Amino acid sequence: MNGVELFHAGEQGLVVEFGKEVNKTINSKVHKLAKGLMAKANKAILEIVPTYRSLLVYFDPLSMKREELITQIEDLLISETQALQSGEEKEIASIVHIPVCYQDEFAPDLKFVAEYNGISADEVVGIHSSTPYLVYMLGFTPGFPYLGGMSPRIAAPRLDKPRVQIPAGSVGIAGSQTGFYPIESPGGWRLIGRTPIKAFNSAVANSFLFSAGDYLQFKPISVDEFHQIRKQVDAGTYSPEVTELQRG
Amino acid sequence: MFTTINPGFFSTIQDSGRWGYQAYGMPVAGAMDRYAYRVANLLVGNKANAAAIEMTLLGASFKFDESQLVALCGADMQAKLDGVSVKNWSAFVVQKGSELKLEYAVTGCRAYLAVRGGIDVPNVLGSRSTYTRAKVGGLEGRALRQGDVLNVANDTEDEVQAGNLKVDYVPQYEQSITLRILLGPQDDMFTAEAIETLLKSEYVITDEADRMGYRLEGPKIAHIDKADIVSDALPFGAIQVPAHGMPIIMMADRQTTGGYAKIGAVIGPDLLKLAQAKPGNEVRFRLCRTRGIQFK
Repeated sequence: MNGVELFHAGEQGLVVEFGKEVNKTINSKVHKLAKGLMAKANKAILEIVPTYRSLLVYFDPLSMKREELITQIEDLLISETQALQSGEEKEIASIVHIPVCYQDEFAPDLKFVAEYNGISADEVVGIHSSTPYLVYMLGFTPGFPYLGGMSPRIAAPRLDKPRVQIPAGSVGIAGSQTGFYPIESPGGWRLIGRTPIKAFNSAVANSFLFSAGDYLQFKPISVDEFHQIRKQVDAGTYSPEVTELQRG
Repeated sequence: MFTTINPGFFSTIQDSGRWGYQAYGMPVAGAMDRYAYRVANLLVGNKANAAAIEMTLLGASFKFDESQLVALCGADMQAKLDGVSVKNWSAFVVQKGSELKLEYAVTGCRAYLAVRGGIDVPNVLGSRSTYTRAKVGGLEGRALRQGDVLNVANDTEDEVQAGNLKVDYVPQYEQSITLRILLGPQDDMFTAEAIETLLKSEYVITDEADRMGYRLEGPKIAHIDKADIVSDALPFGAIQVPAHGMPIIMMADRQTTGGYAKIGAVIGPDLLKLAQAKPGNEVRFRLCRTRGIQFK
């Protein structure tokens, strides 16, 4: 298969790698194969973990040989390539809208990011909330999104000394990356706002608000709106706005 | 129902793990030593996935408010029932009002207490396992505390009687262990000498060894160039090597993804040896023979 490599990850793991770098095309191949494999509902496949550029397939070697799994993956990759060549390639992705309050009390580093880039704080907020960001993968802590596609005009270096405790929902910038912390954790990102929503909430049926392959778009809200939404989140009645993005 | 008199050093409720949510960044957690956990459930006739108590290094003590069939497996924590020694790797009846007391692990590192029916705590995302870092599962997402009352569920399968595991099936926990590994997925980021070093040297388990991972110390494993990769998924047993050249073996509570090159992974059947090893114990690695993997 063109440019696709296979590796061992222990006797129960097979890594299917599409490349070594972060880019949208590679990532979309990862998610397509993950979906294709999941659709097979093969009981010998225990779990599939898609990441930036590869996926890890956990399987039970006592009920399916590694060679058999490889053949299944190969068949899926061939049929995808054929679909691509015949122009059947159209897929709709979801944009999950994440409300963010960029007001001072939630944005200790917004001024720094603005000054660092020679623009105003309002411009930083405008740029940060103007485009949807692709969720390349989730990891680090439950629900933590690795996002791509932030404008270099608002990039800013990490803190020299990471904060010991960052409140859940903090939205930050680190280099040319952006994202938010789903649970309270230490971290060195420049904080420019906070969302009242919980990316991970084990108390509700739909515990995770978004998956890898979705897009997130930040929507500026006031302090009052922040507190209103927070109440709905705590009551388990909040669901974010979701729209569709045409891609392909 | 039974009550925690003394929680021990670090005791948590675990089952076979929270599978299916790693794509959302949720670690699997679950019993560190899947074998001892599984045998403990078998000895009391529980379903394979019933929740048990995992104790670390220094065991807990419990007072039973009703008569109960229980099993102890894994590390030998010198268990005593009302002051009388009970056998490890066995199932026995605890009478109402009795106290089961465990102490320091004379062999191994983790002991499992299974009660007939399993521990009854809420099922979170398909599992009762405790993942303390995100406060998920088990009892309020935390380790046991003094006074915690544990209820018994109904996860039984077979009718059983008190008895021992056949001695042939009881693993011996050694001070010095050999772990079989498979290379990959990033073994090509290491020099040939580095792989030789890994396979020919002795490593020592440091004090930084917990449910998340075991840090080892020994001869440096050199990278050809850099140690960092674009983050990818971390399986149970993955051997990460950061720039300092010392291996870290990822265990049950490992984060789902990581950014250090992985020279290989310890195979499943040998992970129990590591889960039962203590800081200061020695580790050697041996390569599993395997065919190459490729498309047709």
